[in-house]
Amino acid sequence: MSPIVNPAANPEVTAFNLERGLAAFRAEVDGPVAAFFSSCVHCGICAQSCPFYLETGDPKYTPILKLEPLRLVWESEFTLWGKIKGALGLQRKVTDAMLAEWEELIYDSCSLCGRCSMVCPVGNDIQAMVRKSREGMVAAGHAPEGLAGAAVRAVKTGSPMGLQWKTLQVQIKHVQTSSGLTVPVDQAGVDYLVMLSSMEVINFPEYLEAITKIFDHAGVTWTLSTQCFEATNAGIQIGNKDIAALLVERVVDAAVKLGVKNVISPECGHAYTAIRWEGPNLIGRRYPFRAFHIIEVLDQLRAQGRITTEGKELDRLSLHDPCNLARKSGVIQQQRNLMELVAEQFVELPEHGRFQWCCGAGGGVSSSERAEPLKLAAFKRKKAQIEAVEPERMVTMCATCRTQLEEGLEHFNMDIPVVGLTELIADHLVD
Amino acid sequence: MTALTDPMGFLLFTKGPLFNIAIAIFALGLGARLAEILLLGRRPNFAEPRAGEWLPGLRTVFTRTLPDPGTFKRAPFNVVTGLIWHLGFLVALLLFIPHIELIKGLFGVSWPGLPNPFVDLVTAVTLVALAATLVHRLNHPVKQRLSTVEDYLVWAVTFLVVLTGYLAYNRLINPYPLALGLHILSAELFLILLPFTKLTHIFTAFIARWYNGASFGRRGVQS
Repeated sequence: MSPIVNPAANPEVTAFNLERGLAAFRAEVDGPVAAFFSSCVHCGICAQSCPFYLETGDPKYTPILKLEPLRLVWESEFTLWGKIKGALGLQRKVTDAMLAEWEELIYDSCSLCGRCSMVCPVGNDIQAMVRKSREGMVAAGHAPEGLAGAAVRAVKTGSPMGLQWKTLQVQIKHVQTSSGLTVPVDQAGVDYLVMLSSMEVINFPEYLEAITKIFDHAGVTWTLSTQCFEATNAGIQIGNKDIAALLVERVVDAAVKLGVKNVISPECGHAYTAIRWEGPNLIGRRYPFRAFHIIEVLDQLRAQGRITTEGKELDRLSLHDPCNLARKSGVIQQQRNLMELVAEQFVELPEHGRFQWCCGAGGGVSSSERAEPLKLAAFKRKKAQIEAVEPERMVTMCATCRTQLEEGLEHFNMDIPVVGLTELIADHLVD
Repeated sequence: MTALTDPMGFLLFTKGPLFNIAIAIFALGLGARLAEILLLGRRPNFAEPRAGEWLPGLRTVFTRTLPDPGTFKRAPFNVVTGLIWHLGFLVALLLFIPHIELIKGLFGVSWPGLPNPFVDLVTAVTLVALAATLVHRLNHPVKQRLSTVEDYLVWAVTFLVVLTGYLAYNRLINPYPLALGLHILSAELFLILLPFTKLTHIFTAFIARWYNGASFGRRGVQS
């Protein structure tokens, strides 16, 4: 049991229980869920799309099996047949023991990459149902410690890593010194509010410098907000709508206070799907601004002729599409347009775009220490893809993917550096 | 009324009262299942869409019939046997002239059929492909893990429908009324089981595919 803070419902630490878990599962059942479970024929094709199954060979990681608790709740409470079976005492029930067993399947061995949802012959959106199942898991008290910790820190400090504004402030100073430019803070009425991810601030400080240079070059007005700089959403990763909504509200409040027209999600996959697709539904209303991933904004600026580059990278580059960006959000062509600006030799991975393979670390997998061996196993799929085209460097646009690629390649002694696309663009701006 | 032990009596029973019962259970059961799904609906979506839902949804209804090249490469046996027997089953069901006559008698609509010897060949291939899917289900670790009693029951009834049709057409069970009666009986079993087993996918898979295509399509991805 991992008690986590549920600030919207209760200010005190609440121990969740099975009853609340079942209620949360129940609340997630809708028409699509019923259509999906009614249609599964147990063909097993989804396993062929899952890096966790393919790289471990263990059939328990078959995607549709991960949904068994949600399926049981649907069958017993939302079908006539299930109710009859229940009355006859023939219906299997969801128990604490079952959920404890399923914790590994719903969290450690699922990066919510969504590939299974693209290949299921009957059209089941399995990824969406894993996301839904996590709501039930949290409420039942069966979420991984690592993710629960991140969610608590995000609520308490504003950052899942406990990062504070003063740390960012130091980085802002460094960026200003090295670039000679000003990083705007709390500027009202500008075009863009720029959000960051803690992982980026800590691991990839070059990102902030890169956008500072690009926006100066393109004449874009933008700002950071001292009120809220964190774009990631630990509430979505763990599966708690109250926490997720609270974190989205913080971004919305900051954007509204500064009166910006647009909010930019950083080089982070889940932060983007959180703010772009889940956010408005979590808070139950439309935004008074538009939300973009930085790569979308850069491609718009490119299309408007506001980015002028010179010279190209001469080595062989390949691209890793983050699942959240490509398959789950349709941002596929934009990064290729940008690569064309700066890459002399660009080679696609064998399966890319909407059919790319996950790095293995998304969906909260990287926040759970326990999941480390599975995370590394799943990476082997990406590794094989990279080996197939032998790039000299990999380019991506998500800090979690980038960290996973760097660590994974290092683990397998592959000397292939990984670089963020935004920095790559910044390196080639005409002064 | 002729006794059920008499082949002709058995055939008349399957064509008469049992047929009506099967159709009634099928229609009511399926109606309930579809209502259970459609009445649940979806919550409003406040996220700014990239594209509409209807067209991408309809596109996915069709495109999911064939796998993406990567999946085909990873699971060729599963994909090919699945496609062959589904196609064969549909050809035998919808393009066999006596079946078309039956549908014409019931609903008044008809369409051209295929020559009997051709449908006979397709049926034989379907039986082989169905047997292959059973072998695959029994041997593939993922399918072993997923399979329940229902999977084997549904396989058996589906196989039986095709097998009895094949046996009846080729006069391999005698007398003929008994052969035809057995075929009709297995088809009725199939209809009765349909709303309460995974056989519902015959109808709900199109709803599932639409929801999938709509959800991805809204986000600008063709799924």
